[in-house]
Amino acid sequence: MALLEVDRLRIEFPTRRGVLVAVDDISFSIDQGEVLGVVGESGAGKSITGAAIIGLLEPPGQIAHGTIRLQGQQINGLPNEAMRRIRGAKIGVIFQDPLTSLNPLYTIGRQLVQTITTHTDLTTSQARDRAIDLLNEVGIPAAKRRIDSYPHEFSGGMRQRVVIALALCAKPGLIIADEPTTALDVSIQAQIISLLRRLCQEHRTAIMLITHDMGVIAETADRVAVMYAGRIAEIGPLRDVVKNPKHPYTVGLMDSIPVIEEENDELAHIKGAMPGLQEIPLGCSFNPRCPDAFDQCRRERPDLMPTGNPNQVAACWKYDGTTNND
Amino acid sequence: MTDPYQDPLTSSPLLEVRDLSKYFALSSRWLSRIFTRQPRPVLKAIDGLSFQILRGQTFGLVGESGCGKSTVARVIVGLYAPTRGEILFEGQFVNQRNHRFSRASLHSRMQMIFQDPYASLDTRWRVRDIIAEPIRAFKLAQSRAALRNRVAELLLQVGLSPSDGGKYPHEFSGGQRQRISIARAISSNPDFLVCDEPTSALDVSVQAQILNLIKELQRRLGLTYLFISHNLAVVHHISDHVGVMYLGRLCEVAPKRILFSQPQHPYTRMLLDTIPDLSLTGRKRQPVTGEVPNPINPPSGCPFHPRCPVTNERCQVEQPHPGASGESMVACHAVEENRLQ
Ligand SMILES: Nc1ncnc2c1ncn2[C@@H]1O[C@H](COP(=O)(O)OP(=O)(O)OP(=O)(O)O)[C@@H](O)[C@H]1O
Ligand SMILES: Nc1ncnc2c1ncn2[C@@H]1O[C@H](COP(=O)(O)OP(=O)(O)OP(=O)(O)O)[C@@H](O)[C@H]1O
Ligand code: SF4
Ligand SMILES: [Mg+2]
Ligand SMILES: [Mg+2]
Repeated sequence: MALLEVDRLRIEFPTRRGVLVAVDDISFSIDQGEVLGVVGESGAGKSITGAAIIGLLEPPGQIAHGTIRLQGQQINGLPNEAMRRIRGAKIGVIFQDPLTSLNPLYTIGRQLVQTITTHTDLTTSQARDRAIDLLNEVGIPAAKRRIDSYPHEFSGGMRQRVVIALALCAKPGLIIADEPTTALDVSIQAQIISLLRRLCQEHRTAIMLITHDMGVIAETADRVAVMYAGRIAEIGPLRDVVKNPKHPYTVGLMDSIPVIEEENDELAHIKGAMPGLQEIPLGCSFNPRCPDAFDQCRRERPDLMPTGNPNQVAACWKYDGTTNND
Repeated sequence: MTDPYQDPLTSSPLLEVRDLSKYFALSSRWLSRIFTRQPRPVLKAIDGLSFQILRGQTFGLVGESGCGKSTVARVIVGLYAPTRGEILFEGQFVNQRNHRFSRASLHSRMQMIFQDPYASLDTRWRVRDIIAEPIRAFKLAQSRAALRNRVAELLLQVGLSPSDGGKYPHEFSGGQRQRISIARAISSNPDFLVCDEPTSALDVSVQAQILNLIKELQRRLGLTYLFISHNLAVVHHISDHVGVMYLGRLCEVAPKRILFSQPQHPYTRMLLDTIPDLSLTGRKRQPVTGEVPNPINPPSGCPFHPRCPVTNERCQVEQPHPGASGESMVACHAVEENRLQ
């Protein structure tokens, strides 16, 4: 059984001019200890998918249908109090801006101790020891001394380390990290990525890593889900998706990223831009930009289907009828 | 036929800066100043930069947040007055009396594109008026019809349609707005464009479109660029020469190919090691250590010494100055002393 299973999740925003479908029937799962990278352009629906999983979807956004199961137990639709306990105890959260997760008025020690005592049986002084261990573990130098500092006394990179410590307090099995390195400098980003990677291996923690940066994914993920206009275009093992993408959108995306190893005058690019929620075309939402589109693409919406590689599925009519013959 | 815009051997510098510096005086609390008798703290946003940009080429400036990239851009286009140092355009001093170039006459020849295509366009204006503004300001069109034709031509040049001129900025996506900024920037027929992180706010597929456009315009119009980015792969793609900045100083300047194949300064090497391994080669890398120090109170000696794997006593006390090393200029004692492999 997978640790997290998302099944036909649909998220809508009712508006005066009609219902906007921001996430349309997406399904995926994450195993224990696995890093699933969720990548896609701005507005693809990455963050609200993450928010729905942790029960923090902001109204008027709502789950229209579908289920989210953690260790087999359905967690969407739980009362707020129950969801709050799951968040923290079973699912840790890391956001792009560390300051959204930290209270500027309290020392980081107080925030860590409070989170630990809420979710475990430890006494305050035991929790403080654990907090110091955690700070050491995430690479805060002189943790014993720094534990009584306030968030503003830390640099951006150090704050993000504190947030990671906070997310780890109750030893959750899953961490949802939404653009955890986007606000950081490249050298700090590299440090945070290797930290996440190491923690995941040592604690067998699963991570749903949301980012628009394929580079971050390449450094961390075991599997990748590529989102486009509220759907998953393709999902599969990192190496397969990066080296041998199946969905024409992923192909275009990979080609448009400049890489040092290649010297070319012009970058391949996908024409146009991703449609807004009000203007998602009929059929495959990528069809107006797709170099391979044919008739069926303009009429019918493709579901994820086998591509010939048993672990890699793509929502593209090109693969209609393809089976995994091996 | 040889094209003087393309041949680096015959190409002369269009822009040169010498010892360019910009300090900001920071306000400190009145009392603490009286009691400690300390001068107002000074932030050396850029300190002693020298480099040249050859005509028709692209000079890429790369470095982490706060290292001074935007300050360089702003000083060059005249938004800030330099604290020290010189700027030369076509070999002539800018901003000094008795010289051909006053800021006003340079204005139409140097333009700037900013990172945020949302903030940099006036949302109350129609696109055609935004693009026409520099043409009007510099009186570059003879008649209304000529102006209209010029705007239509510019829109086509950046991949938009003449009918887009009647719309407002909010009706466009981020990438299209950046196209509008570019059309505006080239409308006065400049020779030199400063591009400050022009694609950093864009998605990669749109970034590729804009990078292609920037390169195409260079070919077609013979433009010279100062291109600023924190993304090394983007800088690699777009530049002929690259300068690497750290805490307001240039650590290394080199032809692009050399900088990326034989990086010399330890900071350049560290930065190159942070480039994501998209080819999944699993290449071995040095772990990155430390953080950029507070610029108000920078380290003594070489500003990189607290993070440098090959630092020694000299580095801690003596500031290294740029020196030639092969085709590169490098400011590092270890390189100068041949201590690096
Ligand atoms: N309150 C809301 N009302 C209407 N639409 C919304 C609302 N919140 C989000 N959306 C829309 O839902 C879509 C998905 O948004 P989401 O924040 O998940 O994107 P994302 O993939 O995380 O993008 P980014 O990379 O910019 O963070 C977007 O088109 C967004 O405009
Ligand atoms: N007007 C100003 N007054 C005081 N300090 C300033 C001013 N402008 C910039 N600085 C400081 O100068 C330093 C260099 O800033 P600059 O904006 O040039 O960096 P940058 O390399 O462009 O960074 P980023 O990548 O974040 O855009 C920073 O420490 C910044 O805080
Ligand atoms: S000068 Fe010294 S400290 Fe600075 S980078 Fe070179 S070796 Fe390192
Ligand atoms: Mg998001
Ligand atoms: Mg800047």
